[in-house]
Amino acid sequence: MKAKVTDIYSNLRRYINGRQLVIGIPYLWFVILALIPLLIILKISLSEMETTEVSNMFTAGGGWLTIKLNFSNYLFLGTDPLYFDTFVSSIKYALATTVICLVIAYPFAYFMARSPAHLQPMLLMLIMLPFWTSFLIRIYAWKTLLVSDGVFNNILISLGLIDTPLQIMNTSTSLMIGMVYSYLPFMILPLYANLSKLDMRYLEAAADLGASPFKTFWLITVPLSKAGIIAGSMLVFIPALGEYVIPELLGGSDTLMIGRVLWDEFFSNNDWAMASAVAVVMILLILLPMAIFNKYQADQTEAHR
Amino acid sequence: MNSKFGRIWLIAVYVFLYLPIVTLVIYSFNASPLVTVWSHVSLKWYAALAADDDLISAVGLSLRVAFYSALISVLFGTFTAFVLNRYRRFAGRTLLTSMSSAPLVMPDVIVGLSLLLMLVSLQNWLGFPERGLFTILLGHALLGTAYAAVVIRARLREMDGTLDEAAMDLGCKPFQVFRLVTLPLLTPALVSAFLLTFTLSFDDVVLSSFLSGPGYSTLPMVIFSRARLGLNPSINAAATVMIATVTIAVVAFSLYQSRISRQRQREIALAYSESNQTL
Repeated sequence: MKAKVTDIYSNLRRYINGRQLVIGIPYLWFVILALIPLLIILKISLSEMETTEVSNMFTAGGGWLTIKLNFSNYLFLGTDPLYFDTFVSSIKYALATTVICLVIAYPFAYFMARSPAHLQPMLLMLIMLPFWTSFLIRIYAWKTLLVSDGVFNNILISLGLIDTPLQIMNTSTSLMIGMVYSYLPFMILPLYANLSKLDMRYLEAAADLGASPFKTFWLITVPLSKAGIIAGSMLVFIPALGEYVIPELLGGSDTLMIGRVLWDEFFSNNDWAMASAVAVVMILLILLPMAIFNKYQADQTEAHR
Repeated sequence: MNSKFGRIWLIAVYVFLYLPIVTLVIYSFNASPLVTVWSHVSLKWYAALAADDDLISAVGLSLRVAFYSALISVLFGTFTAFVLNRYRRFAGRTLLTSMSSAPLVMPDVIVGLSLLLMLVSLQNWLGFPERGLFTILLGHALLGTAYAAVVIRARLREMDGTLDEAAMDLGCKPFQVFRLVTLPLLTPALVSAFLLTFTLSFDDVVLSSFLSGPGYSTLPMVIFSRARLGLNPSINAAATVMIATVTIAVVAFSLYQSRISRQRQREIALAYSESNQTL
């Protein structure tokens, strides 16, 4: 037995050297767990299935070799207004989250980068600290604040600002609060990384040449921080597009988001083919901004040469 | 004027970030069963927590999954980071780069769905794996590997390549270089990658929901199912315990890190002074 194992080993060594082995290990890991699953989603989205009949798909169809293209799931996606509305409203929510995060995070990162050097590590640490507490818990916590007999409404009523409690929970407002809250650090960190490296001499030069602070900011700081703005927007927009937990806890029943539709198709309707088709369209929606980002980066490196 | 406005902006954002957490902690000591009505200070929800068997077994499962998935993530993350940093040119390098960053970019619902559908097809072919601890572990380890690779790569990149070369010149074999030079220098990054992937796993609800079988509910899954039903004071207590644990761990880790970096600086200073003496 032992001789056999060494035989196999030496046979293997004849074909694979150390370098190939070292490269092969992570390669295999990601091919099996990242690449093949995505291909299977694509395959299933093109298959025709009633309900959880995945077992038959590979045997009945003659295995992997005969892939019949079946676009009926996609046609259904395109014709059913519910899906179309969901995609549109998901994009709207994700865009709104990105813009609001940018509006809050830009001045924040700017002032953070301008604050005294010895304070900056602490300010940064305070941004990262919530990351270590459960995301789910932090979202849940907003419920206590926002429900109609919750902390906010109690404060507003006791201050005499309102008579009847405001309905914030389960609306698009509570959804947006939760989304902005969760994704704000993802916008702040790249902006801060960018703005803290800003060469102050440009700003001094602009001031010397008579530009107003606002003009300096708009014509110099903002263009120079373009890379940070784009990176932050990507980090917010893409996960926001597929968000499931926040709309489920804060959004109420009528906020339409793709992640929720996918979840329902899968867990409630048991329609695995439809869920896969929704996932494929979501991936395509993500690839578009990614492509723009990559092109921008390529242009940047080209320009620097 | 500028700095006053700036200070207000900074404080306002920090208040926004910490307000829900602080409220939650305060209300966990509220005696009233109505979550939003304050009556008086009480520890009764913590007592209820100690008697909550569902929650306690979920904590056990979550801790196990998080520990093992963090170990696996750091192992494969180190391989990934090492390969991407060391080997500049090999067939399929771009593919490995994009595969290793895909789990970071893809929404959790897609990663969960795709992994589950693959595991189901595998089960139909081979009869395993059953959905349960192992499948949850795979999902968490995939996501964790992607994050660990980023953290470890960042450290590898700033590490001095000349040390490896020196070890090689002194006759070390590649694996010896890795074990005797690279790995010790990498340890703080490995520890922080472990902590990060542990927390990610401990926090994950979407992947676990897709990949778990009946009878395998992680802590976030239990909390999520209760939170969906409405407000529940026992969640506040559970959350406070989690927040306290994490805060202690983070503080301990930053103390460890600053000690490591001080120690390294001392050693470097010592090495310099000795080399100066010999010269």
